[in-house]
Amino acid sequence: MSTPNNVEMTYRDAINAALVDEMAADDAVLLMGEDVASDGGVFKTNTGLLERFGPQRVINTPICENTFTGVALGMSLMGMRPVVEFMFADFLPTAADAIVNQLPKYRYMSGGNCSVPVTIRAVSGATGRFGTQHSATGESWFMGLPGLKVVTASTPGSAYSLLRGAIRENNPVIFHEHKGLFGRKGPVARGEVAEVGKAAVLREGDDLTIVATLLMVDRALEAANTLAAMGIEAEVIDLRWIRPLDIDTVRKSVGRTKRLLVVEEQVHSGGWGATIISRLAAEGTAYRAAPRAVSLPDHLLMPYSPQLEDQIVPSAAVCVDAARGLCGST
Amino acid sequence: MTATKSDQHLAWYRRMLEIRLFEEKVQELFMEGLIQGTTHLCQGQEAVSVGAIAAMRADDVLTNTYRGHGQALARGMAPETAFAELMGRRTGGSGGVGGSMHLVDFSMGNIGSNAIVGAGLPIAVGAAMAFKFQGQDRVALTFFGDGATNIGTFHESLNMAAVWSAPVVFIIENNLYGEYTPLRATAPLDDLARRADPFGIPGIVVDGQDVDVVRDAVATAIARARSGAGPSLLEMKTYRYRGHSRSDPAKYRPEGELERWKRRDPINILGERLAADRILSPEAQEELAVDVQREIDAAAHRAAEAPFPELEETASYVYAE
Repeated sequence: MSTPNNVEMTYRDAINAALVDEMAADDAVLLMGEDVASDGGVFKTNTGLLERFGPQRVINTPICENTFTGVALGMSLMGMRPVVEFMFADFLPTAADAIVNQLPKYRYMSGGNCSVPVTIRAVSGATGRFGTQHSATGESWFMGLPGLKVVTASTPGSAYSLLRGAIRENNPVIFHEHKGLFGRKGPVARGEVAEVGKAAVLREGDDLTIVATLLMVDRALEAANTLAAMGIEAEVIDLRWIRPLDIDTVRKSVGRTKRLLVVEEQVHSGGWGATIISRLAAEGTAYRAAPRAVSLPDHLLMPYSPQLEDQIVPSAAVCVDAARGLCGST
Repeated sequence: MTATKSDQHLAWYRRMLEIRLFEEKVQELFMEGLIQGTTHLCQGQEAVSVGAIAAMRADDVLTNTYRGHGQALARGMAPETAFAELMGRRTGGSGGVGGSMHLVDFSMGNIGSNAIVGAGLPIAVGAAMAFKFQGQDRVALTFFGDGATNIGTFHESLNMAAVWSAPVVFIIENNLYGEYTPLRATAPLDDLARRADPFGIPGIVVDGQDVDVVRDAVATAIARARSGAGPSLLEMKTYRYRGHSRSDPAKYRPEGELERWKRRDPINILGERLAADRILSPEAQEELAVDVQREIDAAAHRAAEAPFPELEETASYVYAE
């Protein structure tokens, strides 16, 4: 592998670069899904792939997520490494059988006699005015499934390295990319392949630990800057992997800061944030203040109306308020 | 009658007997508590498994369903390995974690026995497409019941396979009942082969009780797939002598139906042919049945002596390195 070479690119282009580099490195890698080969795909993440790799490796499918995910599984059993694009993460439940009963269980039910290297790319998240059925992150929907891995990308650099890591995994992985981040620019270490199951500490601080994923990492970092001006130093962790969950990195940070804020673009119940709080509580973690969550409200759903969508997705200001409350400086 | 053909007939007859007696033994072992949970037996449907798999090449693959003991044995799984799996033993094909509904053997191209109705079809289409991408002339078969033709993955898989000319053969085992419900109450047609028509692929009704007929129909479909001409849908008209699963006494069957089908028993049909061709007399057939029974009993006995797996050793089955 070549030495990582830092280049500035958008999150969208970073995903494209990861696909290009993996497809160039291994003929078994192919991309399939709805409109993936049409004009670079709906979100233009696939620009140039069809021209470079041809229609046998960049494949438009009919609209039938459950079946084309099962097809990807069948391909993987015979030596291919399919990357399956879900145009919206909201469509993942239409493939629930493939995702819940097939991908994670297939190797197990064979007594470990096969492997299932399938990567699902799920285009996730709100802020695009896509309304109630096209805006979910879905990041925690499938976190409770042994046999599966789930990862989220919050920056161009991690989108690149995590997607490469996901494609190289010999197990099924759901890779969440946030559509609100596609235009975001940042450094990408071309050639880097991320380690599976490792969170990233993006900012160090001693007063509290903020854990976030996807777009919420941005909000957390923005909040941390505001908090710093107020004399509060937040440690910001980009959780990245939801399964396996990197509780070690979170525990180490919380052990020092003794304050925890989770920031989620999802309801708090049944998600990674609640799981982290629960696991640390069960371990008897000593806090200076009870952990808090900033998340989507439990009694509402995602609205289309632009003003309402802006209100419902956690802002940096809401994170600042929660952090100040935790630190006793309201 | 060539020597080859008579050898084939003998082998098929023996294999059908093996499947029949295996399934009968499963019932017995269930009563003894050596096999638990549920089982879905295939007595009466043996010609479909044996005939179809006889048409496969060694490097072709198949997916099937929880009613899959027949295909596993027809594809060459040792009865002892299958019994051990059903008994949850370490020596089972899946180390005992799969059980009755998951008799698989990747080394024999038996790449998945699914407990979810309709889920094996997309997997077979995917395997077939992999062969196509890799420039190999291998073919994937997928076996499923009549009930599966009502689920979305059936129609979606036929559609994708047709659009992509995937080298796959779809085999319906139409045993007239989707679980407890007669086909006509859940499907608006009698010949499920017609469900191929919207996709512009061959849909062929086959006598699933005659192993020769099954073998020839599948051979034709496989040859078509291997040549690049695309998928076919074969509807095997067959019948299961037992209920849907362990807990089903099959009281919903009209009087006389079972007896009517037993008059077209697949083993007897081939047995009569073997007798008429002077390959195996009725007396020799009875002796063979005794031999096979002895082998089945011995296989079950050996399987029952194998140890159970340890829970922690199954952890490596969850994730690959």
